[in-house]
Amino acid sequence: MSMSQTQSRSGTEIPNGAGAAAILSAGIGCGVLGILAFAGDASDAIGKALNFYNPTGTLSGVTDFAILAWLGSWFVLNRLWRGRTLSMVRINLASFALLILAFLITFPPIADFLQGK
Amino acid sequence: MEISTRDLWTVLHGMGFGALFMLAFSGALAELYRLSAPGAPPQASSREQTLLHFYLVAMVILAWFTVFSGAYIVYPWYRAVPPAGTTDFAEYPRRLLLSSGKTSEWHNVGMEWKEHVAWLAPIAMTMVAYVTMKYGRAIVRPRHMRTAVLGFAIAAFVATGVAGAFGAFLNKYAPVRGGSTIVLMGGEQ
Repeated sequence: MSMSQTQSRSGTEIPNGAGAAAILSAGIGCGVLGILAFAGDASDAIGKALNFYNPTGTLSGVTDFAILAWLGSWFVLNRLWRGRTLSMVRINLASFALLILAFLITFPPIADFLQGK
Repeated sequence: MEISTRDLWTVLHGMGFGALFMLAFSGALAELYRLSAPGAPPQASSREQTLLHFYLVAMVILAWFTVFSGAYIVYPWYRAVPPAGTTDFAEYPRRLLLSSGKTSEWHNVGMEWKEHVAWLAPIAMTMVAYVTMKYGRAIVRPRHMRTAVLGFAIAAFVATGVAGAFGAFLNKYAPVRGGSTIVLMGGEQ
C-alpha cells in the first residue's frame, strides 16, 4: 500500500508507522475472522478444514487463523512502516471497513441472507 | 452451598473475566477521551501514564482470558452432542435450545453471533493498548490515530456487550450444567 508522508499540525513530524501497522493489522485480524466464520458456515468442506480442535469445532480454526493473520500482518507492516510517517486516512478507512465487515458478516441473519438461506 | 465445576467455570468466564472487562470500559473510554481531548495537558504525569498503562494491560489480559476460557472450556460443554436415545437434554445446552422453535434462535442467532463477535474485542483492545502506550498524548497528532483508537475501543465495547448480553440470556434458557460438585459451605437443616 502506497502512503504519502505527512507532517503533524504542529509541523513536527511524528513517525506514526508503528501505530498505523497496529491499527491496520487489527482491522485485518477482525476481517479475516469475519470472512472465515462466514466461509466455515457456508461450506461444509471449509467448516471441517477449520475444525482444528473437535470440542470447539470450526471456531477453533476460525480464531486461530484470525490471530495468525492479525499477528503476522502486524509483524510485516511494523517492519515496513516503523519509523515512517504515513497518511492515516486510508489506513483508518481500510481498518474500519474490515471491522464493520466483521461485525456484519458474523451476524447470522446477514450471513444467511448472503448465503441465500 | 454447592457449585458444579462447569458452573464455576461459566461464572469465571462470564463474571470473573467478561463482566470485569466490560466494567473497565467506562474508565478506559473516559481516560482515552480525556487524554486526547482538545485542551488536555500536553504531557500526562508519569504516575498517570503508569496507571493508564496498567489499566489497559489488565483489560487486554481480561479480554483474552474471557475469549479463551469461553471457546476452549465452556463452549465445548455447551455444544456437546448427546448420545443417541437421550431425551433429557439438560446437560446439552445447544441441543436443548434447538429442540424447540421457541428457543432455537437463541442458538442460531445468539450463540452463532456471540461466539465470533466476542473475538473482535481482544484484538481491538490489544491494538488500543499498544498504540496508547506507545504514543500517549501524541495520538492526536495526526488526529486520525485518535479516531482509530477511540473507534476500535468503542467497537470492542459493543462486541463485548453483544457477547455478554447473549451469554446471559443463553445461560438463562440453557445453562451449562454438570461436572463434579464443589461444596463451598455447609448449611443448617
